[in-house]
Amino acid sequence: MSDTPPVRRIAGPFNRIEGDLEILLDIAGDHVQEARVNATLFRGVERMLEGRAPMDALVIAPRICGICSVSQSRAAAAALAGLSQVQAPANGRIAANIILATENLADLITHFYLFFMPDFARPDYAHHRWHGAALRRFAAGRGQAVAAALRTRAELLHVMGILAGHWPHTLAIQPGGVSRGIDAEACQRLSGILASVRADLENNLFGVALETVVELADCATLHTWRQHGSASDFGLFLDIAETLELSTLGRAYDCFLTCGSWPGGRDPHNTTPLWPAGIVADGAVLPFAPQDIVEDHAFAHLRDHERVHPPAEGTTVPHLRDGTAYTWCKAPRLAGRPFETGAIARQLVRGQPLIRALVARGGGTVFSRVMARLIEMAALPLLMEQWVRQLEPGAPWYAPHGTLANGQSVGFTEAARGTLGHWLRVENGHIAGYQIIAPTTWNFSPRDAAGVPGPLERALEGAPVRPGEHTPLSVQHIVRSFDPCMACTVH
Amino acid sequence: MTFQILWLQSGGCGGCTMSLLCAESPGLLSTLRGAGISFLWHPSLSEQSGDDVQALLDSVLAGKVALDALCVEGALLRGPEGTGRFHIMGGTGRPMLTWVQALARVARHVVAVGSCAAYGGITAASPNILDACGLHYDGRYPGGALGAEFRDHTGLPVINIAGCPTHPDWVTGTLALLARGQLGATDLDPLGRPRFYADTLVHHGCTRNEFYEYKASARHPSDLGCLMENMGCIGTQAHGDCNTRLWNGGGSCTRGGYACINCTAPEFEEPGHPFETTPKIAGIPVGLPTDMPKAWYVALSSLARAATPERLARNATEDHIVVPPSSRPLRR
Repeated sequence: MSDTPPVRRIAGPFNRIEGDLEILLDIAGDHVQEARVNATLFRGVERMLEGRAPMDALVIAPRICGICSVSQSRAAAAALAGLSQVQAPANGRIAANIILATENLADLITHFYLFFMPDFARPDYAHHRWHGAALRRFAAGRGQAVAAALRTRAELLHVMGILAGHWPHTLAIQPGGVSRGIDAEACQRLSGILASVRADLENNLFGVALETVVELADCATLHTWRQHGSASDFGLFLDIAETLELSTLGRAYDCFLTCGSWPGGRDPHNTTPLWPAGIVADGAVLPFAPQDIVEDHAFAHLRDHERVHPPAEGTTVPHLRDGTAYTWCKAPRLAGRPFETGAIARQLVRGQPLIRALVARGGGTVFSRVMARLIEMAALPLLMEQWVRQLEPGAPWYAPHGTLANGQSVGFTEAARGTLGHWLRVENGHIAGYQIIAPTTWNFSPRDAAGVPGPLERALEGAPVRPGEHTPLSVQHIVRSFDPCMACTVH
Repeated sequence: MTFQILWLQSGGCGGCTMSLLCAESPGLLSTLRGAGISFLWHPSLSEQSGDDVQALLDSVLAGKVALDALCVEGALLRGPEGTGRFHIMGGTGRPMLTWVQALARVARHVVAVGSCAAYGGITAASPNILDACGLHYDGRYPGGALGAEFRDHTGLPVINIAGCPTHPDWVTGTLALLARGQLGATDLDPLGRPRFYADTLVHHGCTRNEFYEYKASARHPSDLGCLMENMGCIGTQAHGDCNTRLWNGGGSCTRGGYACINCTAPEFEEPGHPFETTPKIAGIPVGLPTDMPKAWYVALSSLARAATPERLARNATEDHIVVPPSSRPLRR
């Protein structure tokens, strides 16, 4: 750390993220000293929901976000299901899992190929031996791998054409299951699509079978595989990550949060998530206690900033407070602390050995966040293949729900970017309160009343700045390593 | 010379871009290349961030870089109190509203991608604390961020590729026609929508048409019957070729088992009733098919209902076909 007085710089607009973002950087010499993350767009969707019929949440909530649309839909349907006590039949729950996994996998592919990797094709890295390959594969808007990833993504999303009408913004996911039942032939087409997606991922991304990737157990196995594996985009990423030391970049608090994903199997009475809920704090895996969540508006342009609110009692009333507030994003805290959410949290809590080893060695960093997504890109098609085989044409897909007149409920789901919660309150048949905490609200939260920075703000502290850089590349790598969705953040 | 597009996102979900990336046969990058289109900047596809983008915008405004089409995705936010501060373009300190107003003046064409940019859309849903509007419309009324009198340098109004989300072909098709100079004022409908998709109704090609004809109706999600009578579907009035062009390899709202909510229309976000429930007066749906006199509808539907074959009546409330069509030989 140097003693040079910091220079304030405003970085933005950021692209290859969802939505709009700027970051105030206090740069001291060759590194970032402090960062303040500003979500520059306010959406106010929670306010649109108030007063409407509860089921209208299924139309409005997905439109919070075009990239996490099904996740929003799933959380809304879960909140409504909680209110009406309806239980989806097995087909309904499995189909909803397939629809959500399709979105999550599409998002993971989009993030890796369209958003994150193109930065390594920049001329700034021309002196590295891997730059030619990075340019050929990942150049923004023209790399070979970009075009191929778009083809894979489009084909994967044919699952939506079969099960969900279209993507984004489907109404297929209902509190009591799904709106479309399919026959055995359509199930076969789903299997065919997944086989094609698997082939693309194995041929282009991994260079090996997906099963091999999910079985990577520790850093030594990863190293061995890399020495002997065939050329692949994954291998190229590992080369880049090593030379740029991405495993030392962008460490936040090493506090992670997941609400759990993929509820239930064939047993309609067992809705336990396959990837469990939990938090990681101080190196230990602990239960996820949603009652310990509050939101803090101390640095947000919102009213009710004098005290923190549990989300069920939260408000969203915009109020410009220049001089103090610097973003439209609230600061969620769990047991008073900022938490990071996303694939890395899911894989840590689940106990995926390689991700646990990487985090034990270097914490949550640009490298371990991206590695966790790569593990999920291999794991999701394997799960989806099983689920398609579990569908039972002829058996019900939907169960009618009861009245939605009064009550409170919470719907949780894991979006690609992490834990998403919808807190719903219905009075006299109308929505009286609707509060949402999206994954990027956790990750890109501002400071809280105690002045504690949010996870990204913390992760940016110490980021190296090279001479002449205006929007430092290290900052861009760290920002994109969270796969932010600002549209969700400022719902 | 390529046809150069600048794409900005404002008050919206980004879903129209996410949908655009689903373009197929050919894929998006090939489609654009084939049409001679390039992006000066696109939020999801371009390399430049930060200062590079600001420098580009300055060059466009100064006339140093030709802007053939300004594409805006998302509604424009005029609030609070007319300041536009609900959306400041990151890094610029300037509201997106005034960026778009300035860029629209130097653009050859202005394109609203999605119902938010066209009319305000979901972003302008009540209570609209954002004071959100479309580029050229404020709901169903001409006006919006650019004002009713706006015309581009060729005399065209804002081209409204309405939809929530837009089909990728609607966007690539419109841009390709513009690039070739083949989209004129007569190719737009009265709400500024390209007629190549907006002159078709969602009803056209709906797989539930036989159920519709006999008023054999679905009662719950996953039922096979017509979605108009109970489930809130307004596909008979909604403009869009969703059921003939199809989405994501073969889907559509009605094929996915849920109502068409008329998302290509201004103010679809305020139907005046719960989206997935059909409002009725004396048992008759309030919204009737376009161009159809009410008395005729009532007469025809009661006749049709009386004549509903057992097959349709039973299948309408099942999630799979329980009574197949008869297989007796056709009379020659």
